[in-house]
Amino acid sequence: MSLTATDVKKIAYLARLGIAEQDIEHYAQDLSGILDLMTQMGQLDTQGVQPMSHPLDQTQRLRPDQVTETDQRGNFQLIAPQTEAGLYLVPKVIE
Amino acid sequence: MHKLSLSELAAGLRAKQFSSVELTQHYLQRIARRPELNAYITVTGERALAQAAAADAALAKGEAGPLTGIPLAHKDIFCTEGVKTSCGSKMLDNFIAPYNATVVEKLDAARMVTLGKLNMDEFAMGSSNETSHYGPVLNPWAPDCVPGGSSGGSAAAVAAGLAPIATGTDTGGSIRQPAALCGITGLKPTYGRVSRWGMIAYASSLDQGGPMARSAADAALLLQAMAGFDPKDSTSADLPVPDYGETLQNSLQGLKIGLPEQFFSADLDSGIASVIEAAVNEYRQLGASVQTVSLPSLELAIPAYYVIASAECSSNLSRFDGVRFGYRCQNPQDLTDLYVRSRGEAFGAEVKRRILMGTYALSAGYYDAYYLKAQQVRRLISNDFRQALAQVDVLMGPVTPAPAFRLGEKTGDPVQMYLSDIYTIAVNLAGLPAMSIPAGFSGGKPVGLHLIGGYFAEQYLLQIAHQYQQATGWHQQFPADYAG
Repeated sequence: MSLTATDVKKIAYLARLGIAEQDIEHYAQDLSGILDLMTQMGQLDTQGVQPMSHPLDQTQRLRPDQVTETDQRGNFQLIAPQTEAGLYLVPKVIE
Repeated sequence: MHKLSLSELAAGLRAKQFSSVELTQHYLQRIARRPELNAYITVTGERALAQAAAADAALAKGEAGPLTGIPLAHKDIFCTEGVKTSCGSKMLDNFIAPYNATVVEKLDAARMVTLGKLNMDEFAMGSSNETSHYGPVLNPWAPDCVPGGSSGGSAAAVAAGLAPIATGTDTGGSIRQPAALCGITGLKPTYGRVSRWGMIAYASSLDQGGPMARSAADAALLLQAMAGFDPKDSTSADLPVPDYGETLQNSLQGLKIGLPEQFFSADLDSGIASVIEAAVNEYRQLGASVQTVSLPSLELAIPAYYVIASAECSSNLSRFDGVRFGYRCQNPQDLTDLYVRSRGEAFGAEVKRRILMGTYALSAGYYDAYYLKAQQVRRLISNDFRQALAQVDVLMGPVTPAPAFRLGEKTGDPVQMYLSDIYTIAVNLAGLPAMSIPAGFSGGKPVGLHLIGGYFAEQYLLQIAHQYQQATGWHQQFPADYAG
């Protein structure tokens, strides 16, 4: 199976991941090679096999609904690219 | 001093042969003298000396624990409050973590001295340390070769005596493979044994932190301080932590070793095959019996792993969006441009490949064929291990199909790079504990022996490794260029 340049552009957009135009073809080749590797799984019959998402088959542990964290907004925003009045700034979304 | 074990260092500190400040200075000088290895991303000299002075005060008051005043270095994937945590990426080159990882908290509480943060493949995605934004790390045994990855900085630093011990993480072999290629002892614990809180996530159902050391006895001491239940990690195992040192001296009489036939295929380097054979014979001398076992689905571990790991990576790395922390592009035109260019400019090629693969595997129409299928293959692989470990106590084999390869040799072909993970990644899919211990050399380069045990059998693995290290001297070999 192989991926085309158009496929790569579509996937890159889904992932909001910028890929330089001149690199698209190279990614298409690399990803096609990886996809060939992944497609090998098709040869194994897995009908009725329960999918495994956790190595010990544990389910998510629940905790009591209690406040344990303190407000550290100031501390966390120290490392933000751009903030104002306690808010994270991004380019205008609504005109 | 850089050839002493952790217990020898602890004894030296107690007997006042040297202070923690002197010991720390010794390591800081060695790090400064040998920059060519590129093992460290950040050296925290001042902090280290302050921690060492505090450790000396604790020692003087008789308040010292087994690790007090002993230096270590962290893989740069563990968040360290107030110190850059880059994860080997341009994305986090400006990231000063606002809190400590649980592992860092625990080792600080044990009064260990942090020398700095170690180089690694970008976001732990790589098998050669060549995907790091900070450049490759060299193998101290062969400077034209890779140290392995992703914990390449950890392995090279411990092998070259630039840290007595280090932390690492293992998602598909990232502790064991560099440990093997650099001739040190690495332990990947059972999934859930060591807290993942504050350990930057790559593939959350596979990631696990562990010690990278000069011996099994040293690894046991560090694991003791790293392991344990953490309510902050929702997949942390709520089980008591045994005393890892308690059984090290016990005999291996009656030990049943299984050799998975799929680990000894024609692709295996002949030098490695003979080292493994000699190591297994050594175990026979120690009272073990040996039989062949089978892991029939092993061959599909690589595709299953790269689907699951890429899928989890594409999801985990969506948090790097240029908004709350990390890299942001200049002059974004709109919000989409901000996301697309920040991520496009700051992630390297391998990280991009895996995000793209993962996004594809999870996208509408492909989920069942890739992600669901991979999770089913994962179940079959896990069942293979359960069946094999029902017959024997431990599985043994090679860690890698070949010794350290040359820098640049596999960077052009991602599939070739992935195939070199054949023996390690199945263990992560099953969530089992495993070790790599030095067992000899092939063409002058170190070879690791792979030990794979049952769930939470770290104590047993450490005993099996320690008994071998009592009978042999491979773990005491030091690369000549770094001995002095």
